[in-house]
Amino acid sequence: MSSSIDAAVADADVIMMLRIQQERMSGAFFPSTREYFNTFGMTTERVEKAKPDVIIMHPGPMNRGVEIASEVADGPYSVILEQVSNGVAVRMAVLYLLAGGQEGD
Amino acid sequence: MKRLLKNGRVVDPANGRDGVFDVLIDGDRIARVASDIAADADTTVVYVPSGFIVAPGLIDMHVHLREPGQEHKETVATGTAAAVAGGFTAVACMPNTNPVNDNAGVTDYILKKAAEANLARVYPIGAVSRGQQGEQLADIAELRDAGCVAITDDGHPVATAMLMRRALEYTRMFDMPVIEHCEEQTLKGEGVAHEGMHASALGLRGIPGEAESIMALRDISLAELTGGRVHIAHMSARQTLDAVRYGKSRGVRVTCEVTPHHFVLTDAMLGSPIPYDANVKMNPPLREAADRDAMLAGLKDGSVDAIATDHAPHHYDEKQVEFDRAPFGITGLETAVSLCFDRLVHAGVISVSRLVELLSLNPARILSVRGGALSEGAPADISVLAPDMTVTISAASMRSKSKNTPFDGWRLRGGVAATIVGGRVVYVNESGHLPMR
Repeated sequence: MSSSIDAAVADADVIMMLRIQQERMSGAFFPSTREYFNTFGMTTERVEKAKPDVIIMHPGPMNRGVEIASEVADGPYSVILEQVSNGVAVRMAVLYLLAGGQEGD
Repeated sequence: MKRLLKNGRVVDPANGRDGVFDVLIDGDRIARVASDIAADADTTVVYVPSGFIVAPGLIDMHVHLREPGQEHKETVATGTAAAVAGGFTAVACMPNTNPVNDNAGVTDYILKKAAEANLARVYPIGAVSRGQQGEQLADIAELRDAGCVAITDDGHPVATAMLMRRALEYTRMFDMPVIEHCEEQTLKGEGVAHEGMHASALGLRGIPGEAESIMALRDISLAELTGGRVHIAHMSARQTLDAVRYGKSRGVRVTCEVTPHHFVLTDAMLGSPIPYDANVKMNPPLREAADRDAMLAGLKDGSVDAIATDHAPHHYDEKQVEFDRAPFGITGLETAVSLCFDRLVHAGVISVSRLVELLSLNPARILSVRGGALSEGAPADISVLAPDMTVTISAASMRSKSKNTPFDGWRLRGGVAATIVGGRVVYVNESGHLPMR
């Protein structure tokens, strides 16, 4: 465990980002989105510290420029669109099974 | 260039030293500390007079340098000149400047002024909240990256328990202390002096010790909740010391400092020798004898972690007003060492080694800055102290731009012989008989 994003990213195979829930943050958990981005935001410079074949994930919706830079979200290492597309299929399957469907139907 | 301090009494608790040793300085570093170091051709030998103490550079972790914004009171240059004359090789400066040090631009400015002055090291302390308004956290990571070593809203307490909680949670990531000016403001009210017999006799509105201890208990509880690190600034009341002891006994990450004026003076000064003297008005106020004695006990038993001056320069004109209207605060950089020797060491309260802990080692540890030890390879920040020098405090000849001290004319035993920062001799006391320049 580390609270340093640079230490966390070093030699990573997969970087999974998560959305800051700004709408639930009335109590100022951190000083500003600018400082959040500077301290924790996934930038091209930080991605370059990970393994050369790293993939960048994010379940969406993204706050571009807060937890992730657009260049990274839309960049060559990003699998975010596949992740989100597959996420829809997985949710459909889970809901189907929970609603009484049978495997193989 | 090399310089050899020969035969001084080296007091360096971090390295377990208290005895006669030689200290070899090579450039800006301490090269060696040992007995009988031989000097080669390019080494200047300084024979330290018998009884003089060679200590790791003193660090005053609580000063107001007033720049930017209040340069009529003090500047970084005059404040650091006062610091080195007082034996301090480093100071940590409070963010209640104008503008407030709540962003990297102000921090950079202070560090630029410190580099120009090139005397004591300056460690800026950033604000907890934007504009010290107590509402929103300042950009603390940015302040840290710019060089701030701690955060505080000093001058005021952190306004709400929630903001303090967030500050402690956030700084935990960087292991930075939150320095707290403990004051329950509704209880302090319009008070100007310690609530007690002396304030009553003079018709001054009082501030009880509980105004301090209630806030200290809040912050110690929040440090326990969050795992953050809180440092109680300028502790004055015996109830606060009890709160700190309670916190420490529970393993809470709490440290505290006491100023020389709070372990030397009491509220009896309000009426005598000069009634209503604004130079005995400070916040927290001088308290009663039981509190002063509690501070001495805390210094002795280890409950107190550091001595800091709360050097608070104010212009003569600002202090020459009615007691109620005068600003709080006194200068401290140029009187601290003499008061510490006279009232703590010579009075038999603490040892020299413990004094070095309080003035150097512990401040360095609390702020996580270099210094506090005369280790080989460390920057050569050294204070040469003359424990038996007779010093007559003279406000007029102080290097600080402001002269607001209640100690003017006091004769004390113990002083500063020389101050060395990064291997450079930045101060030599002309009456110190130390052959060095």
